[in-house]
Amino acid sequence: MEFLVASAIGILTAAGIYLVLRLRTFPVILGMSLLTYAVNVFLFASGRLTIGAPPILVKGVETYTDPLPQALVLTAIVISFGMTAVVVMIALGAYLSSADDTVNDPTDPDPQPEAEEDVA
Amino acid sequence: MTHWILAPIILPAILAPFIVLAARYHIQIQRVFSMAGVVALIAIAAGLAWQASDGTVTLYQLGNWAAPFGIVVVGDRLSTLMVLLTAVLAFFVLLYSMASGWDERGRHFHALFQFQLMGIMGAFLTGDLFNLFVFFEVLLIASYGLMIHAGGQERLRAGVQYVLFNLLGSTLFLFALGSIYAETGTLNMADLAQRVTLIDPEETVGIRVAAVLLLLVFAIKAALVPLHFWLPSSYAEAPAPVAALFAIMTKVGAYAIIRVYTIIFPPDLEVTAGLHNDWLLPAALISLTIGMAGVLAAKKLDRLVTFSVIGSMGMVMVAISLFTAESIAAALYYIVHSTLAAASLFLIVDLVRSSREHLHLTVLPPVAGAALISGLFFVAAIAMAGLPPLSGFLGKLLILDASFTSSSGVWAWVVILTGSLVSIVGFARAGSTVFWKAKSVAPESVEDNEDDTDAPSAPEAPATMSYVAVGGLLALLVSYTVFSGPVHAYMSATSAQLFAPQPYFSTVLETPGKLSKPKAEEH
Repeated sequence: MEFLVASAIGILTAAGIYLVLRLRTFPVILGMSLLTYAVNVFLFASGRLTIGAPPILVKGVETYTDPLPQALVLTAIVISFGMTAVVVMIALGAYLSSADDTVNDPTDPDPQPEAEEDVA
Repeated sequence: MTHWILAPIILPAILAPFIVLAARYHIQIQRVFSMAGVVALIAIAAGLAWQASDGTVTLYQLGNWAAPFGIVVVGDRLSTLMVLLTAVLAFFVLLYSMASGWDERGRHFHALFQFQLMGIMGAFLTGDLFNLFVFFEVLLIASYGLMIHAGGQERLRAGVQYVLFNLLGSTLFLFALGSIYAETGTLNMADLAQRVTLIDPEETVGIRVAAVLLLLVFAIKAALVPLHFWLPSSYAEAPAPVAALFAIMTKVGAYAIIRVYTIIFPPDLEVTAGLHNDWLLPAALISLTIGMAGVLAAKKLDRLVTFSVIGSMGMVMVAISLFTAESIAAALYYIVHSTLAAASLFLIVDLVRSSREHLHLTVLPPVAGAALISGLFFVAAIAMAGLPPLSGFLGKLLILDASFTSSSGVWAWVVILTGSLVSIVGFARAGSTVFWKAKSVAPESVEDNEDDTDAPSAPEAPATMSYVAVGGLLALLVSYTVFSGPVHAYMSATSAQLFAPQPYFSTVLETPGKLSKPKAEEH
């Protein structure tokens, strides 16, 4: 199981980083969500992996799984979900206002105005 | 248990939804509540700073649960100082945004502003790494809204970059927290500090990775080169009052580095040895160099100011990376100074922008109110570049003095002094192009505008209150210089508290909470 979880985190992270390094917003956003999935699984695994053990006190149970990572993951999921929604909206706004979905600045963001050159 | 320590977080948290729900169509009511909130924050923050000034560490246990498991809010000298700085900065920024009408150009400015304050205050006051992450997210999500406030193509594009870079930072932060938790089983700072000392020096891989990841995250927030790419376009494209408020956000990163790397991973800790000297100091020197070179190379006034922010962060990080009591005190002195100076420069750039065609450093007719604005720019540039007599010079002197005994002190001296010279040249060039040479093209273009109705009308002078806000910030800088003696004494005490964290640990960990009492009664 350790191998499965570790390779899942690794593959998700690798794919996420690859997509984040693309130049258009849609792949980048997909990459961000893959990365957040990877980090959520990673957080979950940070309390050690146990199967079938409850995270809360139950009568007659001897082994427990660590409850704190589950609380952390819960918060992290909510935050990353909200953040993804925000970035989708902003990217959509940027795309609609400039009809262009590249992430980078244009090579020459605002060319030097020419009229004033001779005065200087 | 005093409840006041929670007020800087709670007050904006209550005000923001109130402004959205009850006053969303009445800008005047929003302004009144927002302003009243910030003034109250200053009073509360001053009270907290006064309370902490004798070295008391104030602890607040949320829900009365004791520390390692419950969430705690801790106020020591450093946190309350930063809270006070934020509140004062927020006051002037808010004053400016009302005077210049920036808050009317899009919706929900005041609500987002309050949420932003809540996030910043929370980040300064929390005693727990995971809540540091949560408050980072709160301040970031508010800053995304503020960043694209009033819209526009360029701003949205810069906003996308800003959001994506910070999201990446947040993800990295979670990876760092996961590794720390996996290694130590706790995220409370005081508890963590005691547990990392117990780690076997033979098995340091995990905790070293965690410490480096955490340093990377904070360096992103602090815009340390090579992680600064998000800063220039975001700050240049953001609305001016927002950029001025963002001046404190890079300091959140610096604060987090100071907090975590003095308390949890101090320089003499064996498991993370070498991190400070080998990585942080070169990065700081490079960002100082790049920032100052950027000041000289900038083609636009707003880019120039953003690069001076990077340079000043480099200066702060040089001082921090030495990690001695004197250098941290110098860094704290410089943090307050550079926050105020950067904020006033951003506001001055906006004053220029409001009556100038564009911000390129080319000769254009003089801006409205040029005499006053150029005077303000002159003072702010002196402060930012670190010329005497203002506090930038004193701060730099303190940093130079603190690095004197260090082994890499030579590098620090060379880079700081050369960097300052370069930035002085950059600021002088910008000031003379924008304000001085402008007189040579003045008369004809103004008259043209009066005849030709199609041409854009002569720009209006900024409102008086805008000058008051900027002048207030600069007056604060001047008085900060005048009272630098007592202030530096306070900073030294603050840094001494960071290097003797035992009272902090005992306050956080040994204060009994809910769990300890009922158990004793049951049995």
